[in-house]
Amino acid sequence: MSLILIVVISICVSSGILLLLSREVFRMIMGLAVLGTAANLVVFTGGRPGSLVPAVIEQGSQALMTDAASPLPQALVLTAIVIGFALLCFALILAAAVVNQQDSSDVASYRENEPSASAKAQSDKPMVMEIES
Amino acid sequence: MSLLMPFLLPIATSLLSVFLKGRLLTGINLFSSFALLVLAMQLLFEVVLSGPQSLMFGDWPAPYGIEFYGDGLSAIMIMLISLVSAVVMVFMAHWQRTADKSAYFALMQCLVASAIAVSLAADLFNLYVWFELMLIAVLGLMVLGKGHQQTEAALKYFAVSMVGTLIMLAAIGMIHGAVGHLNFSALAEIAASEESGHHLSLYGGMLLLALLLKIGAFPLFAWLPASYHALPAPLLALVGGLLTKISVYVLMRISGQVLDYQLYHEAIGWLAVITMLSGVLGAAYHWDLRRILSFHIVSQVGFLLLGVALATPAGMTGTAFFLFHNILVKANLFLIAGLIWMTAGHYDLRKIGGLYPARPLLSVIFLLSALSLVGVPPTSGFWGKLLIIMETLTQEKYLWAAAALITGMLTLYSMSKIWLEGFWKPHPDQLVSLAIPKSSYLVMLIMSLVILMMGLMPGPLIDLLQQQQWQAGGAL
Repeated sequence: MSLILIVVISICVSSGILLLLSREVFRMIMGLAVLGTAANLVVFTGGRPGSLVPAVIEQGSQALMTDAASPLPQALVLTAIVIGFALLCFALILAAAVVNQQDSSDVASYRENEPSASAKAQSDKPMVMEIES
Repeated sequence: MSLLMPFLLPIATSLLSVFLKGRLLTGINLFSSFALLVLAMQLLFEVVLSGPQSLMFGDWPAPYGIEFYGDGLSAIMIMLISLVSAVVMVFMAHWQRTADKSAYFALMQCLVASAIAVSLAADLFNLYVWFELMLIAVLGLMVLGKGHQQTEAALKYFAVSMVGTLIMLAAIGMIHGAVGHLNFSALAEIAASEESGHHLSLYGGMLLLALLLKIGAFPLFAWLPASYHALPAPLLALVGGLLTKISVYVLMRISGQVLDYQLYHEAIGWLAVITMLSGVLGAAYHWDLRRILSFHIVSQVGFLLLGVALATPAGMTGTAFFLFHNILVKANLFLIAGLIWMTAGHYDLRKIGGLYPARPLLSVIFLLSALSLVGVPPTSGFWGKLLIIMETLTQEKYLWAAAALITGMLTLYSMSKIWLEGFWKPHPDQLVSLAIPKSSYLVMLIMSLVILMMGLMPGPLIDLLQQQQWQAGGAL
């Protein structure tokens, strides 16, 4: 069981990093999603999946038996999945907005925030700040 | 209860803000911020008088339940978070256009609540959840600007921070899998024991990597100056003043247990040296006020890492002092940058000038904060730097001390650049001079007063920090 998970995790990590390094913005976000799956699986593996010893602490004992399945990582993974899913949805919408605004899905072309110091400022008034009168 | 209230109040205000608008919205938010300040003060008094407080949710006993833990360090941290947030709320009440105001306030309160929860959390997974909430709040604040710059900045910030949180999550999963506990005090016991302590070293290194990314240490800081400046200036004070510092705070908390290995201390120390120098050189190179200040965050964070790397109670005391000083000074400088923009019409130093004759009070406040950042005696920055550098010399790390001193000199250079270009030389065009609300001046004066007090009377704070139980170079 653990062996299968380890293989799956390593495939997820390697393909996630490969996608993450892509210059296409949606691929990059998919890379983050796959990496997120890998991280979740890592947490999940910590619960000793495949063990048939029930997660019951015997009377008089303080801790779970060493080879018993632990349910706690499943609770942790559930939390992580929920957060990760929300962030993924947000990121996809954000990426769509960026692609719309910049007319390009090549992340290397997004240079507006990192101009060289000597470059002239594009606009005289920053956009965000409209002050209430 | 005194531990839970400083977290519950902002999160409740955040939910409430979504449904409010107009005067009621600003009124309730300002009231809530000041109430938070009172609560934080109360917590600080309780901790000083009767020692560290602990709260177990659902009455589960120590290593199994979810725990909030507040000692002197976290109480002062919460105090500063609520002070900065109150000041920023006063600024924002007069700043932002009305349309998105409730969203701005809701996200700001959410950010404050999660920052407070990070300072209180006593187990790793809880920490991860609050870090995520902080990330979500900052992303929301960034995209509310709606411009090209803002969405682009948010995308960059998201991608990099996400990699950081995923590494953190995987590290936490591995730590739990290896030792079966996530609670800080349980981890401390395990790290001290011979047979399973070595498990923690490798996974602790992974956790360190994630934290260094969030802190903005040397090779991983490019996201910071590329995204922070897209925020409006008062918010920049909240985000730039707090976020990276909170990650340093977390590193201070865990460095004693999970990361207590000579190799890690050495690595953090050398990274700190490069971070300090590269941050301050970036600041010297740029002309945009917000960019200069963002690069200064990187350099100051390097200084904090140097303190963490020393891994002795004396080094930790210095780091904590410098951390508190830095949160206040940085927030004040970003607020000043906002007022400079309102007065002179631009953030680019080449296009502004003449601020000293036009706004003498603002100039004095800037001078105080800038000198404090540089570390000129007897300002608050001086004591923090003195404590850290003295400890560096005690440990005979002369190269680290030299790098810290050179960084101080270069900081002076870039601060005098702002002073000469922005305040001293005549304005190349003409001043815009939008009316600055009196309340903004008032709260900035209060902040400056706190900074001044920290510089003139550092004794009580240093005493309090020395009483903190620094275990083998870390808190807890």
